[in-house]
Amino acid sequence: MKSNKTFYFGLTMLGTIVLAAIFAPLITRFDPIEQDLMTTLSSPNATHWLGTDAFGRDVFSRIIFGARIDLTIGILAVLLPFIVGVTLGLVTGWFGGRFDSFIMRIVDTVIAFPFYVLAIALVFIFGPGVKSMIVAISLVGWVAYCRIVRANVLVAKAQDYVHAATLTGLPTTRILRKHLLPNVISQAIVFSMSDIVLSILAIVSLGYLGLGVAVPTPEWGSMIQEGQPYLLQQWWIATIPGFMVVIVGFSLSLIGDGLVARLER
Amino acid sequence: MSYFTYVGKRLIQLLPVLFGISVFVFTIVHLIPGEPADVLLGQNATPARVAILNHKLGIDRPIVIQYLNFVWDAMHFSLGTSFYNKESVASLIIARLPATAMLLSGGVILSILIALPLSILAASKRGAWRDQIVRAVPIVGLGMPQVWVGIMLILLFGLKFPLFPVSGFGDTFTQHLRSVFLPSLSIAILLSPILIRSLRASMLEILDSDFILTARAKGISQTRITIVHVLRNAIIASVTVLGVNIAYLVGSTVIVERIFVIPGSGSLMIDAIARRDYPIVQGVTLFFAIVVVAVNLITDLVHAALDPRVALK
Repeated sequence: MKSNKTFYFGLTMLGTIVLAAIFAPLITRFDPIEQDLMTTLSSPNATHWLGTDAFGRDVFSRIIFGARIDLTIGILAVLLPFIVGVTLGLVTGWFGGRFDSFIMRIVDTVIAFPFYVLAIALVFIFGPGVKSMIVAISLVGWVAYCRIVRANVLVAKAQDYVHAATLTGLPTTRILRKHLLPNVISQAIVFSMSDIVLSILAIVSLGYLGLGVAVPTPEWGSMIQEGQPYLLQQWWIATIPGFMVVIVGFSLSLIGDGLVARLER
Repeated sequence: MSYFTYVGKRLIQLLPVLFGISVFVFTIVHLIPGEPADVLLGQNATPARVAILNHKLGIDRPIVIQYLNFVWDAMHFSLGTSFYNKESVASLIIARLPATAMLLSGGVILSILIALPLSILAASKRGAWRDQIVRAVPIVGLGMPQVWVGIMLILLFGLKFPLFPVSGFGDTFTQHLRSVFLPSLSIAILLSPILIRSLRASMLEILDSDFILTARAKGISQTRITIVHVLRNAIIASVTVLGVNIAYLVGSTVIVERIFVIPGSGSLMIDAIARRDYPIVQGVTLFFAIVVVAVNLITDLVHAALDPRVALK
């Protein structure tokens, strides 16, 4: 019962941020990119709820427009690796053999690289920007899903219901899709919640390093970087974007915990 | 399986990984759009000059030969020279290494200092309010961006209460220590939640086992049971967790060094990216990957030495 409460709490928090991001133009009347050099670095007040940054841009509006960017990329960067990783995990776990060991060696190699070093090297190859960020995070991310699903398939393969399905002569694709997949996917779904957090963290870090979303676009990581020189007087400029990430991360981990309880019933 | 067979098996497992790493790092240069010669020569690129330079860089040779040359050079710690200032990449990395090593070891030490007491506190009374609080640490902690943690530390201990330097590395050893404190703490804040989770879980598991019951029956004091019986076994189990996360940790030094302006190997990579200095990006990527492989190997070997059951599996 308790996990149910925290699950809905997480869902509500995340839902609020998502709704704010979707209806951003209705919530704030300030353009997140428009500069107003007459009112730079102003403190929070009735007009500018969270003050303005060094270019006189409204911080509140940049935060909620930034949610659009960070959440969208964060989810997109998990979707592709989820599909690829789950499929590969199913296939390698089921068939085994040479293809399996080949894929597993690739997995070992990807794991050998520190995540940020590999992501930064990949962004370097493809050039900074949203697309290469998604590609870079995806190229690293599929590995986890592949390992999780493969491990579960190896266990499920030995179970009676799978033997029964094989004995009835069902086509392999049908066994994989209808019998195995629903039984091995739940752990991958739970992991995807914390993976979204990891990919948002990566986007924020790359944005901070100047390798992510191009500058005038509101993005939480680059907002932290732009706010750093003004930490002493206008601490909120750099603090609030990071705090948003913490809230998103917190709600996603509550949702993840709730999913564990639901899926493992 | 004896310990030595285990070591041998573990070393053989490394070969495909090292092959994969070398192939990826080698390909970086070939995947980047545009020729290295264009970057080096810029405005002065004439076909003749490009050809001469390509010959000098070895790019006109067959790709397999290029790869083998690359591996041969890497095995002799020759990682090429920087496009930017013509210095040897290997010596640049080595010069930047002490800062990164101090930062990393500081992070590991601080995270153990944070995680150990907290997990003992939590596991010693399961379900109590102190356990609940400690269990909440990872939920919040794992969602914090490294850059944000770093900046909050700068704000708190660098600017509001100026106890530690917020940027640079200093000149003397004491200055180094003071300079890496906040950066190391920012790493520890993100590493300790992971450690707490695994330490607490393994301590609880051990507390339920029969040998603890035996120890209690023998009338051994709770403190002695916690330290000698529970903690020792829990730490062994957590060595692997620490090792696995060092991979992630090594990567985050890239970011931490940027925040605190520490001249380490990670910031070398970021500077090189801005200048499109391929050999450095390649060299640092290769170096970090080798470090991770080595750490994982050492972790496994230490784990197997501490817990003979590992090698038997």
